[in-house]
Amino acid sequence: MPNSEANLEQLEVDFQARIDAEERIEPKDWMPEKYRKTVLRQMSQHAHSEVIGMQPEGNWITRAPSLHRKIVLLAKVQDEAGHGLYLYSAAETLGATREELVQLMHEGKAKYSSIFNYPTLTWADIGAIGWLVDGAAIVNQVALQRTSYGPYSRSMIRICKEESFHQRQGYEIMLKLANGSPEQKAMAQDALNRFWEPSLMMFGPTDADSPNSAQSMKWKIKRKSNDELRQAFVDQTIKQIEVLGLEMPSKDIKWNEERGHYDFGELNWDEFFAVIKGNGPCNRQRLAHHKKAHDEGAWVREAARAYEAKKKARAEKAA
Amino acid sequence: MSNMPLFEVFVRSKRGLDHTHCGSLHAENAEQALEYARDVYTRRSEGVSIWVVKASDVTASQESDRDSFYDPMDDKPYRHATHYVLPDEVNNM
Ligand SMILES: [Fe+2]
Ligand SMILES: [Fe+2]
Repeated sequence: MPNSEANLEQLEVDFQARIDAEERIEPKDWMPEKYRKTVLRQMSQHAHSEVIGMQPEGNWITRAPSLHRKIVLLAKVQDEAGHGLYLYSAAETLGATREELVQLMHEGKAKYSSIFNYPTLTWADIGAIGWLVDGAAIVNQVALQRTSYGPYSRSMIRICKEESFHQRQGYEIMLKLANGSPEQKAMAQDALNRFWEPSLMMFGPTDADSPNSAQSMKWKIKRKSNDELRQAFVDQTIKQIEVLGLEMPSKDIKWNEERGHYDFGELNWDEFFAVIKGNGPCNRQRLAHHKKAHDEGAWVREAARAYEAKKKARAEKAA
Repeated sequence: MSNMPLFEVFVRSKRGLDHTHCGSLHAENAEQALEYARDVYTRRSEGVSIWVVKASDVTASQESDRDSFYDPMDDKPYRHATHYVLPDEVNNM
């Protein structure tokens, strides 16, 4: 039976009422097409980010400075694979298949967080990533634990439980380096300087430049605006920089008595949009590597399938 | 590459507690699903027992039928303890 226009309007009113009452939306519920698309896009982007995010860190697994650092980094990267899985599963509840989602990323039609298009040049970058990149991700994900789409919210809760180890191990690496030899300290400072701005940009464009945010806030897909989250991250991070005894990564960082927050100056948004468009230092490399790993794993999936078919046939014959 | 079947994963976090749904994953068969579930959902000893169930084997009630499905239970307040008003002295019953 086709929905009459009045009927559709009523469905939309009921949908918004459910959201306003802080009820979660579950996969089988009626939802506006635009809501479905927005949540699906956000979850798939988030899933791709977890998976692509393994590459810059994976770059240092074989070169970690000690066996302890190596097993920690392995465990962290393995967690990120798990996060990817939780999020792909959540995305699949809206009817997309894993294969389609991956395909869209390979075709450049689905994005991942642009932070992962920066290279990890030194061991200190692994510290900076855990501390700043995971730190920024945590601020974002803590807010998303209350996102309106049930499966997304549940995967965020699960992920947040695992993230704080990521940030702490990163900060611990920075702490060691910052208190080490002058060369080590310089390395830590350099990593902080390079990852500072890109980390702040992880929250997305300024509120003035994100036209779709208002609707996402109304639907409670987003719970806090990009600028609010970014400010919260800056405020919590300044003290951590001081404890490391490193210099501030920007001259513009100042306490603003009036606002009760730290100012941090203008960010280079031209760079941000260039990286999103595919022109960051590592965009091509990241995608090519993902495709290669995916293709080279094809025989494993085929073998598993063939083995399963063979087992079934044998069982049928025996019966 | 065609899709591997989807499995729902239930984990019992501690002896004495129920298995609770904690997510899903794709695997070729149940044994593989169990191994993947161990790797993904119990990396920090979150469980002492795991169930995996093929998602296609789950029969679910329909949210849209909710009214007629659960309605009969809504008008039976006498099934709740609070329905019975007792004197204060014995009200901890
Ligand atoms: Fe993660
Ligand atoms: Fe992480």
